[in-house]
Amino acid sequence: MSASEPPVNSPDLRRLDPVLAPGHTYASVTDKIAAVVLTRPLGIGWLAGFTVAFGVVMVLFASLAWLIIKGVGIWGINVPIGWGFAIVNFVWWIGIGHAGTLISAILFLLNQKWRTSINRFAEAMTLFAVACAGIFPLIHTGRPWMAFYMFPYPSTMGVWPQFRSPLIWDVFAVSTYGTVSLLFWFVGLLPDLATLRDRAKTRTQQVIYGALSLGWRNSAHHWHRYQSAYLLLAGLATPLVLSVHTVVSFDFSVAIVPGWHTTIFPPYFVAGAIYSGFAMVLTLAIPLRKVYGLEDFITMRHLENMAKVMLATGLIVAYGYFVEFFMAFYSGNKFDVFLATQRLHGPYSHFYFALILCNILTPQLLWFEKVRRNVVALFLMSLVINTGMWLERFVIVVISLTRDFMPSAWGRYSATFWDYSTFVGTLGLFVMLIFLFVRGLPAIAISEMRELVAHQSNGKKENE
Amino acid sequence: MEQRSQLYGVMGEFDTPEQIMAAARKTHEAGYKRVTAYTPFPIEGLAEAIGFKWTAVPLLTMIGGLGGGLTGFAMQYWMMAVSYPLNIGGRPLNSWPAFIPVTFELTILGAASFAVFGMLALNKLPEPYHPVFNVDRFAHASTDKFFLCIEARDPKFNLAETARFLRGLNAQHVSEVKDE
Repeated sequence: MSASEPPVNSPDLRRLDPVLAPGHTYASVTDKIAAVVLTRPLGIGWLAGFTVAFGVVMVLFASLAWLIIKGVGIWGINVPIGWGFAIVNFVWWIGIGHAGTLISAILFLLNQKWRTSINRFAEAMTLFAVACAGIFPLIHTGRPWMAFYMFPYPSTMGVWPQFRSPLIWDVFAVSTYGTVSLLFWFVGLLPDLATLRDRAKTRTQQVIYGALSLGWRNSAHHWHRYQSAYLLLAGLATPLVLSVHTVVSFDFSVAIVPGWHTTIFPPYFVAGAIYSGFAMVLTLAIPLRKVYGLEDFITMRHLENMAKVMLATGLIVAYGYFVEFFMAFYSGNKFDVFLATQRLHGPYSHFYFALILCNILTPQLLWFEKVRRNVVALFLMSLVINTGMWLERFVIVVISLTRDFMPSAWGRYSATFWDYSTFVGTLGLFVMLIFLFVRGLPAIAISEMRELVAHQSNGKKENE
Repeated sequence: MEQRSQLYGVMGEFDTPEQIMAAARKTHEAGYKRVTAYTPFPIEGLAEAIGFKWTAVPLLTMIGGLGGGLTGFAMQYWMMAVSYPLNIGGRPLNSWPAFIPVTFELTILGAASFAVFGMLALNKLPEPYHPVFNVDRFAHASTDKFFLCIEARDPKFNLAETARFLRGLNAQHVSEVKDE
């Protein structure tokens, strides 16, 4: 390592993998991305994958139907553990969504060019993850057909939702998040839908993409307002995404339950959300670029950058775990101290140690460039981190609820078949939606890629 | 029958962002007012070069945000303190810190909705039909070609002269745009 700064544009600097492989033109990026949607025949791999995912969605439907027939008693929840898998899964899914917004909004505001080729499917991932997340609190209410009670509508009962409750804040936070993510995604898609309309090969494609593109015609006046709206949306989505997981953490930290009632929760939940979200983006991006030959667009630079974000947010999460312990002992509160020891020595300690292994120890391998640049290692790492983040929510929800203030209120929790089948079912729903998305809409923002081509050719001219 | 096919304007095609920027500037300097450019991606300064000065999108967004936030807070205040006041241990009915999260979320919701639907409304979208779609080569506007269209309702418009003017700017495939 030399002390002097290497020249930024030095070609032999291995770190500077391009964000877009050289030699691409406006037409070539457009052709390549649009072809995945418009002309590529359905392969056996897609059909097989979709069929499996669709089958798992049927498991979800069966689980939900049985739940509605029998009630939440089919799950492992009971007094004192009223939350269980439903809330664990809700927090896990909603956290995964956060990386999509981070990539599309925060990296946009920071003018990070490398976000371009991953923002579209990261946003799609956000929407699908929020859809999966939204199922859980809904069915957890026990009477999901009464879920509209949570919205303030004038009823003959004359009562309103309790706006001093974090659970109602959550309703507003998550529904706003879902709506704004959908708007942001659609605005980004608009020019690409017009591109697909102009290149559509069949009448069906013309009608569908024509209707969805709203008659977008790439006018400079339109682009001007479009960019203004897009920038504003990015500015609005940034505090929104931070607020959503903050409000989710309020569900816990506003309560006085030991292990929940801590001020570290909001930042540590947000960092954990981004951590698991980037892991999920990698889980999706690595097979996607391989199967559809998009290595020119999703380069090693993207994968390595995402690995670095995971390493950084993983360290924040590790700090959160440390502070939880430190504050428990520093406060001297005997319930907090007891809960901390229960995490290490209680009946669920193996979950806690698995969590430390998945979320803190294994990701330290990302310090090594060899690991960050190894696609297989990154893929495995992303699965490990997603498992770890799920365990984190399990530890938070279950250990605290099983070790309340009074020993007479202690209990045990174990999930039933229906807990698992519902969770696995939402995984199937997520995967099925991703499969449909990849073949129905451009998985990479085409117009932004054309902008990147222009940007690159400008850069070349300036260097010459 | 004559009104079946009206002339909408004349359109020229360019190959690069630099060419269309130069052409747009010259067109504006030549005194044409009703000019539109069509490009496969946003080009900085192009809208300004053809005389587009101000967009109401930020203002609309602010109105949406303020409206959402004020409505959100007023709603909670009214429901919690006026319509159905609950005395919980004598705590204040207007417990405003507890109303902040929902106020914040509704601010964002209002602002984002106004930004998106305001942008679409100002752009007069959805608009499935537009005369420029009648030009065959116009489909390339979403791939790799850059178009400049001078509309027939421009006071300075004259079919032959305007077409010659566009050719003088090195435009290729100068074609009439018909409104059928």
